[in-house]
Amino acid sequence: MPHTSKPKVATCSLAGCFGCHMSLLDIDARILQLAEIVEFDRSPINDYKEFQGHCRVGLIEGGCCNEENVHVLRDFRKHCDVLVSVGECAIMGGIPAMRNTIDLKECLDEAYLNGPSVYNPGGRVPDDPEIPLLLNKVYCAHEVVKIDYHLPGCPPSADTIWEALVALLSDNPVSLPYELVKYD
Amino acid sequence: MTDSFTINVDGRDIQATKGQTILEAAEAAGIYIPRLCHHPELKPHGSCRICTVIANGRSCTSCTQPAEPDMEVQNNHPQVEMWRKQLIEMLFVEGNHFCPFCEKSGGCELQALGYRHGLTATQHPHLFPRREIDATHPDIMVDHNRCVLCGRCVRASRDVDGKRVFQFVERGPEKRVAVNSDAKLSRTDVDLTDKAVGVCPVGAILPKRQGYVAPVGAREFDHTPIGTSVEGGNGSLEV
Ligand code: SF4
Ligand code: SF4
Ligand code: FES
Repeated sequence: MPHTSKPKVATCSLAGCFGCHMSLLDIDARILQLAEIVEFDRSPINDYKEFQGHCRVGLIEGGCCNEENVHVLRDFRKHCDVLVSVGECAIMGGIPAMRNTIDLKECLDEAYLNGPSVYNPGGRVPDDPEIPLLLNKVYCAHEVVKIDYHLPGCPPSADTIWEALVALLSDNPVSLPYELVKYD
Repeated sequence: MTDSFTINVDGRDIQATKGQTILEAAEAAGIYIPRLCHHPELKPHGSCRICTVIANGRSCTSCTQPAEPDMEVQNNHPQVEMWRKQLIEMLFVEGNHFCPFCEKSGGCELQALGYRHGLTATQHPHLFPRREIDATHPDIMVDHNRCVLCGRCVRASRDVDGKRVFQFVERGPEKRVAVNSDAKLSRTDVDLTDKAVGVCPVGAILPKRQGYVAPVGAREFDHTPIGTSVEGGNGSLEV
């Protein structure tokens, strides 16, 4: 079978912990079936850093906590027909968004200057141009681009991701049983 | 003349008795009307509006509205469902609800309402208010990040425990639950066995050292939607 006929799937981890990707790998033996029906484009799974072409489905883990996250997310929107927020961080910011109740400067000062275990005699907050600039707060994915589906969970179970992916790839509506939609 | 009469809920005739609210009459007939601030052992408060139905063409809170003869009630109605979903969403975005690490997760009524109504993401932006945690008491903690202002603790402490430990202070977006002491919870006479501690529907008032006792899969709403015990169904629900 020529590989070009397979629909492409891309994935990324923005301000996430890779837990959602781990859950995707947790589909166990079904990963062979997945490899049969899709081709992976840009993804940490194959380490492709740029898009090779247009994709049917993009899976987004994590929200946007820095400039680079925003660029990557916009790139995904451009290259994917269907964009799915996978997990609580993409959906509402998740653990990284705990900083949203606190002013950014206060956060950085606590982390690099005033924290009880901080040793930083130079008193400098990391500012290397290589480090992506932090946003004032953590934004969920659908505050930045249009998101077509949301799969809650921390992480969503492998079954949740699998059911949704199979439905999307076969142009069926995503309809998940009660057990598979959880916020934790 | 008896005190019993008929009302109609979503096309079904059910019996109600004088003095019953719409919610109570429906519940007695096996019809679940979603609710949050309502608690069967406490006086109705009518503040969360989740139990809104349309009765004789007008929206009202079914936990406070008395049933009347020949009343026509819409409960499973697209408009009503839409209101409820919006209200649930607003409760989520008004506080700081990080379900992944919340001790109440799996047994939380707000979360369970989200599940039942198929809520996967909020359309409204999260407000991320800055709120306090009071962990001064040896046995009980209060995390205001998760408080939905249902007033159950206020009513239970006043009417059941006879203590008035909790009360509302401020107004509008500043409204919050405070303790009856100019300091913190440790300075009150609250006890772990108080009704006020047990009735919180969310993870705002929690007993200490009991977090995560039930494993994932064995918690109240892991497999069965909220309301199933009223409906007597098998809990299968597509969301
Ligand atoms: S109180 Fe309920 S909704 Fe809020 S974080 Fe805890 S489990 Fe989630
Ligand atoms: S602390 Fe709990 S019971 Fe009291 S008002 Fe808040 S949510 Fe309701
Ligand atoms: S349950 Fe009726 S208003 Fe809250």
